[in-house]
Amino acid sequence: MKADELLHPRPEGLYCPVGDFFIDPVRPVERALITHGHADHARAGHGHVMATQQTLDIMGLRYGADFAGAVQAAEGQVNVGGVVVSFHPAGHVLGSAQIRVEHKGMRIVAAGDYKRGVDPTAATFEPVPCDVFITEATFGLPVFRHPDPLEEIGKLLTSRAQFPERAHLVGVYALGKAQRVLRLIRDAGYGDVIYLHGALAKLCDYYVHEGIELGPLAPATVDKGLKDQFAGRIILGPPSAFAAKWAQRFPDPLIAFASGWMQIRARTRQRGVELPLVISDHADWRELTDTLEELNPDEVWVTHGREEALVRWCELQGMAARPLHLVGYEDEAE
Amino acid sequence: MKAFSSLLDRLVLTPARNGKIRLLKDYFRDVPDPDRGYGLAAITRDLEFRMVKPAMLRGLMAERIDEELFRLSYDYVGDMAETISLLWEGDGGEDIRLCDIVDILQKVSRIDAPAVMVDLLNRFGASERYALLKLATGGLRIGVSARLAKQALAGFGSVEVTEIEELWHGLEAPYETLFAWLEGRADKPEQAALSPFRPVMLASPLDEASLEEMQPVDFAAEWKWDGIRVQTTSEGGERRIYSRTGDDISRAFPDVVAHMGFEGSLDGELLVVREGVVGSFSDLQQRLNRKTVSKKKMEEFPAFIRAYDLLQDGDENLRPLPFAERRGRLETFVGSLSDARFDVSELIKFNDWSALAEMRASPPEAVIEGLMLKRWDSVYVPGRPKGPWFKWKKDPYIIDAVLMYAQRGHGKRSSFYSDYTFGVWTPEGALVPVGKAYFGFTDQELKEIDKFVRDNTVERFGPVRSVRAEADFGLVFEVAFEGLNRSSRHKSGVAMRFPRISRLRWDKPPGEADRIEALEAMLG
Repeated sequence: MKADELLHPRPEGLYCPVGDFFIDPVRPVERALITHGHADHARAGHGHVMATQQTLDIMGLRYGADFAGAVQAAEGQVNVGGVVVSFHPAGHVLGSAQIRVEHKGMRIVAAGDYKRGVDPTAATFEPVPCDVFITEATFGLPVFRHPDPLEEIGKLLTSRAQFPERAHLVGVYALGKAQRVLRLIRDAGYGDVIYLHGALAKLCDYYVHEGIELGPLAPATVDKGLKDQFAGRIILGPPSAFAAKWAQRFPDPLIAFASGWMQIRARTRQRGVELPLVISDHADWRELTDTLEELNPDEVWVTHGREEALVRWCELQGMAARPLHLVGYEDEAE
Repeated sequence: MKAFSSLLDRLVLTPARNGKIRLLKDYFRDVPDPDRGYGLAAITRDLEFRMVKPAMLRGLMAERIDEELFRLSYDYVGDMAETISLLWEGDGGEDIRLCDIVDILQKVSRIDAPAVMVDLLNRFGASERYALLKLATGGLRIGVSARLAKQALAGFGSVEVTEIEELWHGLEAPYETLFAWLEGRADKPEQAALSPFRPVMLASPLDEASLEEMQPVDFAAEWKWDGIRVQTTSEGGERRIYSRTGDDISRAFPDVVAHMGFEGSLDGELLVVREGVVGSFSDLQQRLNRKTVSKKKMEEFPAFIRAYDLLQDGDENLRPLPFAERRGRLETFVGSLSDARFDVSELIKFNDWSALAEMRASPPEAVIEGLMLKRWDSVYVPGRPKGPWFKWKKDPYIIDAVLMYAQRGHGKRSSFYSDYTFGVWTPEGALVPVGKAYFGFTDQELKEIDKFVRDNTVERFGPVRSVRAEADFGLVFEVAFEGLNRSSRHKSGVAMRFPRISRLRWDKPPGEADRIEALEAMLG
């Protein structure tokens, strides 16, 4: 069987005609398999959703319990319309998985978003042998080399000591990055209360419920008459909130942003970030190419991100590769 | 090198002046000699190397990475040093002292340069590689002026910045004697250099109410010319022109330097003067912020010094003398200089303040910014003492303009729309932007404008929002500014000098704001 017959792109997402399901569809479909809970991969309104239990929980938290007609937690190998499907940890965020599909000897792994670095808040990526490996390429340029995240957190703590009168606002995405950054700050030895924007609370509670300790947290609300209560404090929030009126409550805020994009100075300046923290939940160039070398699939399909460079690299290695033009995944997603 | 590269990384992204000063002070505190001195020199660009060329670096990359992958990377990053620092294999992780790097870069020949760079790049991580590449190619631009660096030094040693300015031109990297003094381990270094900078005396703005207590006979009055304040000093063959903060700008003004055949130090205004007629500030701008100058520019925009004061006459320091005495000496001194390049600022005769006020209201030339009042008995002291000297500026120009765009600020103002572009009406009934301002309003007013912007956004472009601005709905600013220049870079054809918001006109319908013709009339 040809790989294209088992999975191919459609406007809704990656489609499996044999099993009649989509992987991470961007619009409502009858049957969806979902790699992880980020909004551009996990949308509400499907007829039937299969995902890891944690991803299902996260979707429930974000969209309400009735986000799909029916749900099924992925466990072991499942037969979906004659296609053997299994989920394997991707190391991206809590609950994230690669999806392996097999039919008539053809094995395809759709990795979704993944990373290889150590992260106590997500199950470690599992290399799954396959004929076709579908890789992301969010950071698919050789300039992307994520440094040791603990060193990056060190910069935040140094800045706090250097500017004790300023509120340190750290931009993080609500799912995954927020909790990873909290965990890293704790691992760096900082035990004080960390304040959260309201949009992060539910998912942080969920991580704690799943056994990931995040230390003392409190909502970033101002007590009347205590304008300086956030001086020298660390506050986490979604980056969009820093431009909003919400941020006006903090004394002389210092804007940090935890993201792989922060590696590029022009990007940092564009966003008005004063303290870039290069912390990413995606594979960097080295992780991408190491993974391809390790799995050594017959063919590589490259999706969302900088496909061109990764396809070029495969070409130089003599590895068959092509870009898979899927629409609807956010370039900015991190 | 690690301390230096992290300092650079922080400095470029820190918008606030005080933030930059703190980062520098901490660097001076934490880093030993002579590294901190070299770091300082690199930042003020007093330390530059030229042996490493971009083409050589491209060549190194061509041996290491596929051309196509390099091109994609460079396109994305947009900066050669940054691209190379990120692409270079290995994480090095070594920390080499900055003084050793400086030594290597100073001694290396063009032939050895590639091998030396490879070795250093191999030993470093990405951030240090970036700093090294910027240093070696002379491309270190990080938004720290020499003035700011001197303020950080002053703050570090708890001394006046004028003391640093005074010493600066006798010092060389790595400034070990300076740091020893600032740390209280040694005496203040002697100013031994010829033609040092003498910290400038500045005037306070005049509060017109206080004129009542001031006696006209105690004061000399002069025109305040719209050029830049400079100090021209020539001692023992060493000729220098300093800006008012002590930056040496001699190289851009060889036409003046050629005529500095005197022994002494003059305080004056740098102007463009053609056959006795003073050019506008935009003429002068043709000569400013340049390292060198073409013959053509010098002919078109000849530089000229209008002298205000004499600080040094031969071996004699005149600064402790009263102004009246210095003034007499000044007239004699300048009398012997080429009148094509030097003259003495005219004293204005007046009997009472109201007569002077009238002259201020209608000065003889457009390039006059107002008046200076100096006590006849004032000695020349650095800084801005309260009392002896006053500036009495012309009233600013005022127009009513309509808020068109607002941009979010930085640091403290990062969640406020605090930078405003405003416009006036064209004959066709559209608004054309004429300026930008980000101060002049109170914190409370900022909050009100911010709310107005958020409530009346039409479109968003990144951090910028366009705001509703129609004849019968919008926000009118009263904008004050010091002058107007023609500008081909602006759609409106004019550029304002020093614009600020002087009042919010919530009461005024935008349709009644000014028209572009009013601005064109001001151009004369």
